[in-house]
Amino acid sequence: MKSGKTSVFLNGFIKENPILVLILGTCPTLALSTQAINGIGMGLCVTLVLMGSNIMISALKRIIPDKVRIPCYIVIISTFVTLIQLLLQAYLPELNKSLGLYIPLIVVNCIILGRAEAFANKNSVFDSMLDGLGMGLSYTVTLTIMAAIRELLGAGTVFGYTVTANLITPMSIFILAPGGFFTYGCLIALMNKLTEGKAKEKRAADKCMGCAAAQLCSQAEEGGAE
Amino acid sequence: MKDMLMIIMAAVLANNYVLVRFLGICPFLGVSKKLDSAMGMSLAVVFVMVLATAATWPIQHLILDPLGIGYMQTTLFILVIAALVQMIEVFMKKSMPALHKSLGIYLPLITTNCAVLGVCVLNIDEGYSFVNSLLNSFGSGVGFLLAMFLFAGVRSKIETNEYPKPFQGVASTLVAASILSLSFMGFSGMIDNIFGGM
Repeated sequence: MKSGKTSVFLNGFIKENPILVLILGTCPTLALSTQAINGIGMGLCVTLVLMGSNIMISALKRIIPDKVRIPCYIVIISTFVTLIQLLLQAYLPELNKSLGLYIPLIVVNCIILGRAEAFANKNSVFDSMLDGLGMGLSYTVTLTIMAAIRELLGAGTVFGYTVTANLITPMSIFILAPGGFFTYGCLIALMNKLTEGKAKEKRAADKCMGCAAAQLCSQAEEGGAE
Repeated sequence: MKDMLMIIMAAVLANNYVLVRFLGICPFLGVSKKLDSAMGMSLAVVFVMVLATAATWPIQHLILDPLGIGYMQTTLFILVIAALVQMIEVFMKKSMPALHKSLGIYLPLITTNCAVLGVCVLNIDEGYSFVNSLLNSFGSGVGFLLAMFLFAGVRSKIETNEYPKPFQGVASTLVAASILSLSFMGFSGMIDNIFGGM
């Protein structure tokens, strides 16, 4: 039993890493990984929203009618996002400013809706909380690592501390848009290399499996082919 | 007039939603394999973006602001957008079956597209007037279309090439997107020079 709970928690780190394996929530990942501190801030916001919405959805899973579940989930999620937004405005106005538009956009972040669909509406409240915590923290860790890499290469600093800025001229392209796509692509490739052979079933997850809209996407893809 | 032109140009090129602002990446990666589906999706996005702005701008300025409940913005906007998309779908099915056939499958996808919510929130944050908001949304939609169009072409080339195994799939797509994004960076100075110097 104990190991079951741990695996629910640890699942998010390697096997179902939301950023590098499930490829969820790409937009804020690319946009906010310019500074390590933003990575942590955004990651923790997502973790809180994810835990809150997972607990709530799991607790209400018998009450929410199946047909209108997506709108119900969106209302629950946006409530938590608004709470976080108000808290940030009150206590961390600096962070709120640098995360900006991407705070309200957590609502449409597919990690959260994806976990609600894939996990919270089938599992117990406690498991859903663990899943939210694990997914959220792995999102935070991955986002922070990616942001640290970009910050180091692009500005020569990590968490605002100067590391290589005096030794090598920073390649500022890395904190601009193209560097974001490039770093992300390379990290995914690295992850593929490291987990190759270990997780064969992961291949199927390559195409945004965890996203709530994945099925629609592939339908649209096929629909356009005829 | 100059303002309006600048808003559109900036939204299409310099602040391209996909390649510079990173909004709507999921459909950009997910539905860009074939040109027809990429175009269908983008046209639906342009359509919904403009309509969503037409719906959310009055809500913000006539309901939320006078009542002092600006904090309901996120919740209300996403619900309005979701309802709007549903309504468009029903309406299209009834009165424009031909259009529904070509765009219908993309509509439900758009509800969870962050570019649509993003453009609505940005219009409010930037303090644009109603007309300018509509122009900005239109420009952003066209920018999305342009990025999708270019990238669908790039991807059809990528798919037929061979590259190291770890890079297969999303990784190579992202690296290609990075190069496309690089070319769009060139526009950022252009807009300032054309309109700033006038």
